[in-house]
Amino acid sequence: MYRSRRSRLIGLAYLAPALLFVLAFTAWPLAQMIWMSFHNWSLITPPRWVGMANYQRAFADDQFWVSFAFTLEYTAIITPLLIVGGYLLALLTSPSSPSRRLTRTMVFIPVVIGLGVSSLLWYWLFSTDFGLVNRALMDLGLISKPVLWLGVDADRSNLAIIASVTWKVIGFGMILFVGAIQAIPTEITEASLVDGASYWQRVRRVVLPLTLRTVLLVTLVSVIGSLLAFDQFYIMTAGQPQNETATSVFYVYLNSFPYLRLGYGAALSVILALTILVFTVVQLLLTRRSHA
Amino acid sequence: MTATVELGRARAVAARRRLRGRRRSGYLLGALCAAICAVMVAPLVMSVLASVKPTEEAAASPPTYLPHALSLDSFERLWTYQQGLPTYLANSLGTALLTIAFTLVLTVPAAYALARFPIPFKEVVFVFLLLALIVPYQALLTPMFLMFARIGLTNTLVGLAILHTVIQLPFSLYILRNSLSAVPLELEEAAITDGASSWQVLLRVCVPSTVPAIVTVALFAFIMSWNEFLGALVLMSRGSSFTLPLILAAARTETSLGGTDWGMLQAGITISIIPCVLVYLLLQRYYVSGLMTGAVK
Repeated sequence: MYRSRRSRLIGLAYLAPALLFVLAFTAWPLAQMIWMSFHNWSLITPPRWVGMANYQRAFADDQFWVSFAFTLEYTAIITPLLIVGGYLLALLTSPSSPSRRLTRTMVFIPVVIGLGVSSLLWYWLFSTDFGLVNRALMDLGLISKPVLWLGVDADRSNLAIIASVTWKVIGFGMILFVGAIQAIPTEITEASLVDGASYWQRVRRVVLPLTLRTVLLVTLVSVIGSLLAFDQFYIMTAGQPQNETATSVFYVYLNSFPYLRLGYGAALSVILALTILVFTVVQLLLTRRSHA
Repeated sequence: MTATVELGRARAVAARRRLRGRRRSGYLLGALCAAICAVMVAPLVMSVLASVKPTEEAAASPPTYLPHALSLDSFERLWTYQQGLPTYLANSLGTALLTIAFTLVLTVPAAYALARFPIPFKEVVFVFLLLALIVPYQALLTPMFLMFARIGLTNTLVGLAILHTVIQLPFSLYILRNSLSAVPLELEEAAITDGASSWQVLLRVCVPSTVPAIVTVALFAFIMSWNEFLGALVLMSRGSSFTLPLILAAARTETSLGGTDWGMLQAGITISIIPCVLVYLLLQRYYVSGLMTGAVK
């Protein structure tokens, strides 16, 4: 049946719904977005062709650069925390004893809850007067009066948000690293034990090299995720102070929806999509190589 | 003779010392595990505890660590907040279930076609179907919003579920295609010899032998849809169509006169995280295997 003359048609019939769906709800919006990015449009007035003006405007727009730089800063700080932290947790929890497995499960729980909800939770924990972070720090004598964590100072807000997101997603890398570490053949581990290698020597010379591809892939996935950060900033700082903590996606959202600069928002979206594309292509290349 | 005994004793001492050392580092690692578990669970536990504080205590500054009395006041206020909790729960659950349905209806047949049929330009077709993986949906929201506004899908669960299906389609297709390719061809050939049509083969042979992958796909679709925030924020502008994360984010800023109703917020957080954690603990195996294939293979 799979090789009959009609099989091509049957196959296409099975594919058709998915193909039409992607065409209508992914490819068509993508084409529209590119078209919009060459127009000025505010919903009230009809779209007007402006050529590259929206792109030129973006590169001359201070807030665009502030958002871009802030997003990069956020990504540059959180990625090493997630990767190194996740890897150390994986080393700790990859042996299959009950206590290690329990730890693995606990670390992973925040990964399955929503980023929006976890941001609300941490919005409360970091709240100046009602939050437990300030309460605990004061009880420990580390601070003498409540700290304004969110929305007043960009760096301090960033720090608080990074702490909360690290808590939320560190288990993602960990669980994938555990998988990679457990996939190392036992003969290799035993051989290095017989050679009398110390634990950290073994990690550096054997475990890390054999799990490097996973480390790279998780790094890419988490860089892409961080570059697209939105929920945590929308909820925890709303971009304050003065949009200093508005990430790239946040700025696209601000332009497209509250400000209704549809064309400009679309141009920002295209720039964002192209930035992400670079990382996705590397990711796909790395993934492909594993099939060969 | 004595020398050998001495040597033997020295070895025994060294072995004992090593064992003691290992036991000590075992305790240390155990303590480390316990500390990590505590740090990871504490925020969730504190939130659940805060949700059962009486109204006044929930609004106390500085906050108390543990509730001095138990009360369901916060849950009662949430139950009747704005359109009422049942509306928001129904919206979130409805969207998630529709997302699961759309995803499976679209990707199971497509994965079957990709795994078994001679499709022209198969690789190109596959990459096209993975388009949403290459273009982040965050960048497509404006045109989607405009399109949905024109065809009346904004503020509807179907519209939001379509967006969530867009997000979830590449992952699901990838998982299902891998799993369907791994079904032994002999099983299907036997069914075909018995005169089964391709549709019957798909439903009676392929689907039953890829149940784990289907569970994985449904599980990820549920968790993503239940939690997704930005798409819902853009597509749902009417209060009555808000999902749970939206109404909680709104409640963060605009409740009552005295500022944020923290107790109610905690009640909402508690209710939002329960299904995710339950589903994860029950289906952990599927979750982890899905993550492995989806993200790194």
